[in-house]
Amino acid sequence: MLRLTRGTRVAFGIVVAIVLLFMYVPLFLVMINSFNVAPIASWPITGFTLDWWVRAFQNEALWTAVGNSVVVAAGATVIALLLGTLAAFALQRYDFFGKHTVNLLIVLPIALPGVVTGVAFSNSFNNVLEPIGIQVGYFGMIVAHATFCIVMVFNNVFARLRRMNPSMQEASMDLGASLWQTFSLVTFPQFRTAFVAGGLLAFALSFDEIVVTIFTAPAGVETLPLWMFNQMARPNEATQVNVIATVLIVLSFIPVYISQRLTRAEEEER
Amino acid sequence: MTITTTPARTSKPLSTLLYRHRWMRLVGLLSLPLTWLIGLYIVSLALLLVTAFWYIDSFTSKVIPGFTLENFVLIFSEPAYIATSLRTLGIALAVTVLSAIFAVPLGIFMAKLASPWMRAVLAVAITLPLWAGYLVKILAMRITFTEEGFFNSVMAPFGITGPGFSVLTVVLTLTYLWFPYMALPVYTAIRQIPVNLFDASSDLGAHGFTTIRTVVLPLLWPALIAGSVFTFSLSLGDYIVARFVGGANAQMIGSIIASNINLNPPVAAAFSVIPIAFVVFYLLATRRTGALERM
Repeated sequence: MLRLTRGTRVAFGIVVAIVLLFMYVPLFLVMINSFNVAPIASWPITGFTLDWWVRAFQNEALWTAVGNSVVVAAGATVIALLLGTLAAFALQRYDFFGKHTVNLLIVLPIALPGVVTGVAFSNSFNNVLEPIGIQVGYFGMIVAHATFCIVMVFNNVFARLRRMNPSMQEASMDLGASLWQTFSLVTFPQFRTAFVAGGLLAFALSFDEIVVTIFTAPAGVETLPLWMFNQMARPNEATQVNVIATVLIVLSFIPVYISQRLTRAEEEER
Repeated sequence: MTITTTPARTSKPLSTLLYRHRWMRLVGLLSLPLTWLIGLYIVSLALLLVTAFWYIDSFTSKVIPGFTLENFVLIFSEPAYIATSLRTLGIALAVTVLSAIFAVPLGIFMAKLASPWMRAVLAVAITLPLWAGYLVKILAMRITFTEEGFFNSVMAPFGITGPGFSVLTVVLTLTYLWFPYMALPVYTAIRQIPVNLFDASSDLGAHGFTTIRTVVLPLLWPALIAGSVFTFSLSLGDYIVARFVGGANAQMIGSIIASNINLNPPVAAAFSVIPIAFVVFYLLATRRTGALERM
């Protein structure tokens, strides 16, 4: 056991309390401010109103933005699931020249600052493809998002493959199953949870992304973060942002709940 | 009478072909991801970096392909640009140090002092804000530190005025955003330290603090470095935080890239080399320690 004096224990407890206050007080302030009568964030709260909530739910631009975010995140996730899984199999099952470079290539889009990735894509879309008559439009945003989502699927599937037994597949092939039958009946069920978890992470990453979106969204198209960004840039109209932020804070319990369930299920499996 | 249970032998040419040729399987697996990553991403990056050597026609303000090093000379000679690069580096380092200073006591408390129930609650409590959304957290910090906001109002009786929108608030907000990336690996690493190391340390007469300094901290280096990769590189490339809580004097490298991309693309391109260089340098430096492989 680590033996610490009473004073040290209390000091550590105080640090933990400070960290928790620092993490949660600002989030509570957002939630409280969504009911604040005053149109500008302030403390103490001047009065209670549901006005901003009603307005937010009647705001068509906001709902369109939510729709765009779902479409972009879903598109990016599907591409990332395909490419990430393929890459995970290649890097886990085979040794080849340049393996580390491929690994770096997958991590790079998330390791480099979003502003670099965003500016690079926007440069290609607007200054290279557009002059030769290719309008990427909406699809460009999905392409950019998918690129940095690949690593999420890759990491999850790669980690699971490492723990899987390859002789199961050989047995399946020896018994006469085709490559596709082996994959769908033997291999896939073994890494399905990692596949789903990677997909969820990719979706969440894309849904929350703002910097790359700023540079790749076609004119007049807003995703939810882009809508929030534009609202926050006009401080006097920021009231509905508090409502959306509150909804997002409450929704963040869902992935935490799912990941808790998944880790518990995995611990029971062992 | 004999019963054959062998299934009819169907020929599966594709499966057989792929089974026989290992390289074909590998090419099949790698071609799509590599086409995407190289054809779209690396080519885009290369095209951007090439632009850094182009110049702007001063009359038409059109980008002219060519070769000039002026853009790089500019970013290393213009005092405002140098100040911004140094400020950005300083902010990223401050965020990393601040995160580490809080992550270690938090990790020790969670892993060694808290009851199992408390530990589970704290583990959820530090992961939850990770999902709360990037802009949501920036908004939250803005509401907390704004002029008429919570911090100033609560601290007024003590005669304390908050930092307002400044470089300090940028550091606090970036710490707020990326702290869990430091706290989680540190906590995991402390949990993995075998209990008998603590017993041995106290049997040899070390007090709690001596044990933390001589036993725990050296074992935490890999986790601290792994966490710092996130806190450092994520802070380094950020500019949204500086925009919303930084006030007038907290421009970062990203701010310059973003504001120049339409006015002067070559300068923006030249500037994006700096965060790339910092991040690659940091990744190489940490790779030498071997910390990333062990995580």
